[in-house]
Amino acid sequence: MRAFSYERPTTPAEAASAIAARPDAKFIAGGTNLLDLMKLQIEMPAHLVDVNGLGLDKIEPTAEGGLRIGALVRNTDLAADGRVRKEYGVLSRAIVAGASGQLRNKATTAGNLLQRTRCPYFYDTAQACNKRQPGSGCAAIGGISRQLGVIGTSEACIATNPGDMSVALRVLDATVETVDAKGATRTIPIAEFHRLPGDTPQVETALKPGELITAVSLPRPVGGTHFYRKVRDRASYAFALVSVAAIVQRDGSGRVAFGGLAPKPWRVEAAEADLPEGAKRVADRAFAEAKPTRDNAFKLKLAERALDAVLTEARG
Amino acid sequence: MKFDTPAGRNPIDQLKVIGKPTDRIEGPYKVTGTAPYAYDWHDPTLTPLYGFVVGSGVAKGRIAGMDLTTAKAAPGVVTIVTAETAGPLGLGQFNTAPLLGGPEVAHYHQAVALVVAESFEQARAAAALVRVDYDEAKGAFDLAASRGSAKAAKIQTNPAETAIGNFEAAFGKAAVRLEETYTTPNEAHAMMEPHASIASWEGDALTVWTSNQMIDRSVSDIVKTLKMPKEKVRLISPFIGGGFGGKLWIRSDVILAALGARQAGRPVKVALTRPLMFNNTVHRSGTIQRIRIGADTDGTIIAIGHESWSGNQVGGRPEGAVAQTRLLYAGSNRMTAERVAALDLPESNAMRAPGEAPGLMALEMAVDEMADRLGMDPVQFRIKNDTQVDPEKPERPFSQRQLVAALRDGAERFGWSKRVATPGQVRDGRWRVGLGVAAAFRNNQVMKSGARVRLGADGMVTVETDMTDIGTGTYTIIGQTAAEMMGVTLDKVVVRLGDSSFPISSGSGGQWGANSSTSGVYAACAKLREAVTQKLGFNSDDAVFEDSQVRSGNRSLPLAEAGELVAEDAIEFEGLANKYQQSTFGAHFVEVGVDAATAEIRVRRMLAVCAGGRILNPKSARSQVIGAMTMGVGAALMEELVVDKTRGFFVNHDLAGYEVPVHADIPHQEVIFLDEVDPISSPMKAKGVGELGICGCAAAVANAIYNATGIRVRDYPITLDKLLERMPDAA
Repeated sequence: MRAFSYERPTTPAEAASAIAARPDAKFIAGGTNLLDLMKLQIEMPAHLVDVNGLGLDKIEPTAEGGLRIGALVRNTDLAADGRVRKEYGVLSRAIVAGASGQLRNKATTAGNLLQRTRCPYFYDTAQACNKRQPGSGCAAIGGISRQLGVIGTSEACIATNPGDMSVALRVLDATVETVDAKGATRTIPIAEFHRLPGDTPQVETALKPGELITAVSLPRPVGGTHFYRKVRDRASYAFALVSVAAIVQRDGSGRVAFGGLAPKPWRVEAAEADLPEGAKRVADRAFAEAKPTRDNAFKLKLAERALDAVLTEARG
Repeated sequence: MKFDTPAGRNPIDQLKVIGKPTDRIEGPYKVTGTAPYAYDWHDPTLTPLYGFVVGSGVAKGRIAGMDLTTAKAAPGVVTIVTAETAGPLGLGQFNTAPLLGGPEVAHYHQAVALVVAESFEQARAAAALVRVDYDEAKGAFDLAASRGSAKAAKIQTNPAETAIGNFEAAFGKAAVRLEETYTTPNEAHAMMEPHASIASWEGDALTVWTSNQMIDRSVSDIVKTLKMPKEKVRLISPFIGGGFGGKLWIRSDVILAALGARQAGRPVKVALTRPLMFNNTVHRSGTIQRIRIGADTDGTIIAIGHESWSGNQVGGRPEGAVAQTRLLYAGSNRMTAERVAALDLPESNAMRAPGEAPGLMALEMAVDEMADRLGMDPVQFRIKNDTQVDPEKPERPFSQRQLVAALRDGAERFGWSKRVATPGQVRDGRWRVGLGVAAAFRNNQVMKSGARVRLGADGMVTVETDMTDIGTGTYTIIGQTAAEMMGVTLDKVVVRLGDSSFPISSGSGGQWGANSSTSGVYAACAKLREAVTQKLGFNSDDAVFEDSQVRSGNRSLPLAEAGELVAEDAIEFEGLANKYQQSTFGAHFVEVGVDAATAEIRVRRMLAVCAGGRILNPKSARSQVIGAMTMGVGAALMEELVVDKTRGFFVNHDLAGYEVPVHADIPHQEVIFLDEVDPISSPMKAKGVGELGICGCAAAVANAIYNATGIRVRDYPITLDKLLERMPDAA
């Protein structure tokens, strides 16, 4: 870990401008991912801007009938919120499927969206990784890739986004609200928030330098039955091999997004039209562009079977 | 005390303290954070510096150059240890690759430098500034590819190969045959406490506070490595946060802390970080195992053959996976062959039940497959092929062998008769359900072990031995032994362990620790009893020690009246191990559910029935067995050090990547100990159970998966991707 300086601003704009002034600075909230990466010399900020004092920790109804979740709402509180449990069950289920109780107590909504990949080569500084060290190559390609991406990957990077919460947010059509150093705000649809790696895998989101997430908004509830099916090698405290976030309506229509497959939550709206026809049709369309490795080709079949199990359960 | 004839009746048989379920006597220290583990050692006179290990970034090659300039100039840095500054080092008897590499690199993350600084954070930050250029060389990292060049290798002192009768001929004409190849992966000990040491020099004398299972052997290896006299080294390791074999020897933390302290002129503490442990220390080698079994149609085994290949650094030991096949089942035509291939992966070494644990993962699956082919119940097939003598040397009976009883008792308790033999028939909601069984077998090793026992004027009894408690409950059983022998309650006994200034013990490993170390304490107590009776004027033959009194006939005196006395002795085992085969036996029963859609596997129920001699403390023994069963579930379902066969290292080198079972993976576990005393084993008539519990467990899980799904996976760990293609439709 590199030595760093630290400050704790009191307003979002102050925080954003503190970062904008220094390209080697980073925000810190729960720190559940960033601190680990700093200890391992993967993230090396020289300055940390602690956003925990910004008061962005409320869950409020929106004028449109949705919910606005402050960037600093802890995962535990979000998952336990009565409105979220009742109207956005997929989100509660996804959050409690992730990490451990201790981590969820600390981890924040915005931080969770920004968590970095768990690719083992990203984690080992002796190995080539275009995400950690742009231009150094990708040791995962041709290496061990059982956990890694099957779709949306590139010649430069086959890492996945490890999140659970973000998969639920994707199926809920959430939007991410931000503020920049000048105090300007904007909203980013969750579909556009995470980026595919292309030849710049180090750029993982649509955020501009210094831009701070202030909230995540959920549109009006869409009803239906909510599912988050996470498939993993052990019963708890493991990243998804595959996860399925789904909202299924009584008529069999619905929405579905997949985790564990891609550098971002994977949702293909066009394929959702086939939900009433069953999992295979959906999977065939959603994964048409898949480029799995020998190690992880099973994920496609697994995703299809997990979706099938969800649809079977939805039919009752 | 020589132990060369079976034990007769002795004070241990009173079972006033021994055999009672007893809380750990050191438990309060552990749960209040007052047990000083190696890295926590707070001696106010020590103000240690912190060392941070730099591991090699390549698996094989040579260091072309090292640039330490920036690191040396970093804040707080006092000194940096490299092969160059350390000078020539020896190699310990129990190390294969040097603990400090350079210029040659023997494996990935082999230590190549130790950065010593005023604080841990400074040492870590500066370690990232050490620049090393390597000339990387090609290495051999793939066991399957190197199998052809493997060489026959002895299993400890046992031969590499055995042959009885005519295996090939008998197998060739057997009515029912099985020939299959099984693989087990490289596995990590993954104990909670990392390797950690504090080293301090006073002149030319070295003291090391560390976490180590085998004190005397490790002192010897420090002496060999640092080329110094044995009397100048003191090793202290009173508390150990798990070892599982990973701490049977010294590792880089010990030697680098010592070198760092010498170079800095101040004490230095070093802990290995978790990401470093998997490649820097040792692991259990992966194996490839070929098993052939031939039987008559009535299920009598007439031929059994087991060959195993494992990998290690040149000169390293084999895993020993064929060991149990020499002893577990009858059959007049037999062969075994153990081979080791030279690999450039990190050093392989012993992990909980070396040999038998992976050996039974294969053998007990093969036996299940054989029973299936014969159309026999797998419990009955095992019972039919039981033997009461060493099948390779029929003149040697087993001292005790309750395999059949364990299988029968377990089958009864587990409801085995309800198992549907045809696989894939039982469904419970989303789960396909299956039952599996496997035999458990682990040899009983006995080791010379010494102790010193002191009687105080206050009637307190203090035991000192360099024995270690690796979380197993050794403090307590040693206390129980001394209390039973001296006729006092457990609260009158003080146990001091893990210090090389105490008499040399068996140490903890190979499930020999409990039986051997308590026998050493027995020997010392027997001597102390002599001294007490003499002092108090009793006839030692009929003196009874009880209730802190010594009694003979009508005469009775307080034990404390004997005054301060000290006795030291060691138990030395001679001869009986040649005349009798000593082993522990058991049976594992497991119920699993396999998700019909995703093939996720979850264990639903487990039972282990164990016969391991006298159980000294049923509470801590049970704890040992359930821990071993948990490790067995890990081996069956998830544990694998994944090898990058190009770069030559274990890729998943942290606890997020190397998964071990979490609480949610472990269901109700039941452990039954069969009544057994084994007077051939020791005066304690005990054996061990800490490794028996892992032996066979993974195969029982695998066999249950087969029963649930009809899919046989012969490559561990059995992860869902290996089932998925063959899973029937979920509906």
